[in-house]
Amino acid sequence: MIEIKDIYKTFGENEVLRGISANFKPGKNNLIIGSSGSGKTTLLKCIVGLHEPTKGEVLYDKENFTAMNFESRVPIRKHIGMLFQNSALFDSMTVEKNIIFPLNLFTDMSKSEKHDRANFCLEKVNLKGTNKLFPSELSGGMKKRVGIARAISMQPKYLFVDEPNSGLDPKTAIVIDDLISTITEEYQTTTVIVTHDMNSVMGIGDHIIFLHNGEKWWEGTNHEIAHTNNKELNEFVFASKFMRAAREKL
Amino acid sequence: MFHSIGKYILLLRLSFRKPEKFSVYWAEIMREMVSQGIGSLGIVAIISVFIGGVATIQTAFQLISDFIPRSVVGSITRDSTILEFSPTITALVLAGRIGSSIASQIGTMRVTEQIDALEIMGVNAPGYLISPKVITGITMIPLLVIVSVGLGLLGGYLACAASNVSTTDYMTGLTDSFNPVIVTVCAVKAIFFGFIITSICSYQGFYTSGGALEVGQAATRGVVFSCVMILFADLIVSKLLL
Repeated sequence: MIEIKDIYKTFGENEVLRGISANFKPGKNNLIIGSSGSGKTTLLKCIVGLHEPTKGEVLYDKENFTAMNFESRVPIRKHIGMLFQNSALFDSMTVEKNIIFPLNLFTDMSKSEKHDRANFCLEKVNLKGTNKLFPSELSGGMKKRVGIARAISMQPKYLFVDEPNSGLDPKTAIVIDDLISTITEEYQTTTVIVTHDMNSVMGIGDHIIFLHNGEKWWEGTNHEIAHTNNKELNEFVFASKFMRAAREKL
Repeated sequence: MFHSIGKYILLLRLSFRKPEKFSVYWAEIMREMVSQGIGSLGIVAIISVFIGGVATIQTAFQLISDFIPRSVVGSITRDSTILEFSPTITALVLAGRIGSSIASQIGTMRVTEQIDALEIMGVNAPGYLISPKVITGITMIPLLVIVSVGLGLLGGYLACAASNVSTTDYMTGLTDSFNPVIVTVCAVKAIFFGFIITSICSYQGFYTSGGALEVGQAATRGVVFSCVMILFADLIVSKLLL
């Protein structure tokens, strides 16, 4: 479980996050939603340690991650998998080398074991046979799937996903959402997803946090979101005519 | 300025932390050696032959007199090639070739979140990205400079045909009153230059933020700062060792 307690983050004079607290449970798709500039990605970066919070704590299974230095964080980081918005695959490496990269550094697996693990991960994301391709030879959706394969190569306990559907067509977006959801359920990972895609919210949002102007404005599930009276959340979720019509039918 | 120097020193300190796994770093060093060393051999060979040739022709033009033995042309070409032309001009050219490549490679990794991906995995990103480049720089650039010296002197030999110095006189001059300290100075300069190019350009790339435009600017800054620091180091090393 990941607990975040009273997180504040300031860049110069600009206070981006203001006292955010939440618990993210294992086996659940925890979604952080909000409009652009609401602080979603900053919060995610504070949780994974790419930004240091100005105030507050992040606890991974009761261990205070914020108080740790680089070396002490390494054992926890080995259990973290992350899919970046632009996949962040290493351009100079093939798909297989991208996937086995963390295995090379942190395990004593043999060459054949690593190869088998890469094949297993690629099979999981339906990309069997793409081992020797370079990231530049892949489509956006394939890159995301390789990113997921790399993220799960070390069998993570915590999975972080930043805007998984950005730049993808709706059909591929659903494939990616389903994939993340299946992995979360199968491996009981604590999954934290930053998104503003309403299909993801309605489809896989087991636990949703809505950020507004750097504050936690609402918390609930995808079933509760349709019936909320929260003005800002309603404006965000039902911004499109399609969503408003869908709500009327509910 | 002091802030930048501090950041640069701290980054170098982080770069030389104990590696997560030596074999992975070793593979990276080998890859860099091929890229920086073998990849630069062509350009180094071309400039060196021409530098040596031009040094011989110009020295011959200025020094030919009945009172000066013609072998002096060989001695002057040798000393100027070993002491100055080969290490400094090679380093300035390599700052453009290797330095811009390092800064843009690391800068692109920064803006496309690849460095963040390394950090999330628990990898010491400066160590993995920068230390192999610096180690390669301080080993391969001296080797390239040695090649450059050899080809420079060969260029001078070939250029004898275009000047009124015989190859016999040139060869006599090359071996005449040779002081080995100039080789030491050349090697020390090359090691310093290798360190300057790789570390400054890595620093510029590592702290890039923004997008493609900023990556280009980081590469330019890396090359310009490296060139200025190479000339500065050239002066200091020459003053201290000669």
